[in-house]
Amino acid sequence: MIPNDPLSVSIVSTGVANVASVLAAFRRLGAEPREISTPEAVRSAERLVLPGVGAFEAAMQELIRRGLVEPLRERIERDLPTLCICLGLQLLARSSEESPGVPGLGVIDAAVERLPARRLPQLGWNRVQPHEKSRFFVQRAVGETASNANSEVDKESYANATPIQPGYAYYANSFCLRREPSGWLASWSNYEGDFVAAIERGRVLACQFHPELSGEWGRQCLLNWLENSGC
Amino acid sequence: MLTTRIIPCLDCRDGRVVKGVQFGNLRDVGSPAEQAALYETQGADEIVLLDVIATIEGQAAQAATIRVVRQELSIPLTVGGGVRSIEDAERLLDCGADKVSVNTAAVQNPGLIEELANRFGRQCIVLAVDAASNENGGWGVVTHSGRQHTDWEVGDWCRFGADLGAGEILLTSWDRDGTRSGYCLKLLRHVRDNLNVPLIASGGANSPQHLWEAIQAGADAVLAASIFHSGEYTVGDVKSFLLDCGVEVRQ
Repeated sequence: MIPNDPLSVSIVSTGVANVASVLAAFRRLGAEPREISTPEAVRSAERLVLPGVGAFEAAMQELIRRGLVEPLRERIERDLPTLCICLGLQLLARSSEESPGVPGLGVIDAAVERLPARRLPQLGWNRVQPHEKSRFFVQRAVGETASNANSEVDKESYANATPIQPGYAYYANSFCLRREPSGWLASWSNYEGDFVAAIERGRVLACQFHPELSGEWGRQCLLNWLENSGC
Repeated sequence: MLTTRIIPCLDCRDGRVVKGVQFGNLRDVGSPAEQAALYETQGADEIVLLDVIATIEGQAAQAATIRVVRQELSIPLTVGGGVRSIEDAERLLDCGADKVSVNTAAVQNPGLIEELANRFGRQCIVLAVDAASNENGGWGVVTHSGRQHTDWEVGDWCRFGADLGAGEILLTSWDRDGTRSGYCLKLLRHVRDNLNVPLIASGGANSPQHLWEAIQAGADAVLAASIFHSGEYTVGDVKSFLLDCGVEVRQ
């Protein structure tokens, strides 16, 4: 039997930190991640990850400076496999309370708000209640990797997977969405008030938490995104 | 609901875990990568790796340590020890740290906290504060691994650091550190008042009961080294105890 090629994953690298953890997480899954930063690479990426830490305005400026705004919008409108993490999710919105007057990518009709909690940032593990129709928060076999999940047997076990798997995810944020954007499915967490843990539409998943730092549960989330990102 | 974090701490030098173990023969408890992976399996919520380096060679060893730990670890990794500049922090983050902690250099130059927060975001910056009791019945901030006293009152310094951009405070009681007599609860309560960022308790833990007490005193997370290194308790043991006490922890 010919082994499957490792899945290629392109990570948008705009000079802010934490890319190392994202790269490591995909390598552990047997995928081949690489860092990219040009409009062409964003357009042509088979699977794209938009990580993000830091401030909304600085991140938008960086996307504008590198000409990535339109390529990112196009990808998401065309439902190309894309994963946005933390600030990456917030950048999809029209605007953010963090940086008033600064437009976001505007792919979702929503405004980012401050978390309704006394102690910020939210740093730590919080429970995620997935949307009942989520395609990304389903239970997988422990130790499964992206390449062996491609076999027929595993496709079958995937089809029989527990449909929805709540779990704990690691957060590092002060801002969030507090409503489900129209046309998207939202999963939820609570920190002195409900907020959006993740949104998904087709092959696009955007997580407020860090799946790459969320242990086995996060690993399954990344694996499901890799699997659902196929054609 | 946000859960209370249990954080094992690895003290490293030249690529090995070097202290925090009280029993002579167990001095070398394994590589940092093995230890970190073991604690993750046990249910640790985060790993703090403290690596005080003094030489260029030490810097290379530190980078190699972080890289290999990162490969294994799918939970957050905080690295501290000798962070004096943006470049130092960037180096650690590039190797795979998720957060960096600053201590002495921040006291010498508080502007560093602001610079780091502006560059990397406040969620990335941990202000490590060492507190020692003083003759007035309060606590002062000490630096250089406790060797130097400063003029800072501990509560004032923690608040000032948070205002400058520290995303959380890692508070170590210098009086309790290594004594295994429990966290300094009065110190925790004192700092918790009027602090609006997460607080990590450190210094003195010897039993699950001690961790519970620190949480009751207002800690959002508890850090411990020797009770885990000695094998006396696993992270899982501690979490079971805390769950029975009604503390919400990640299972």
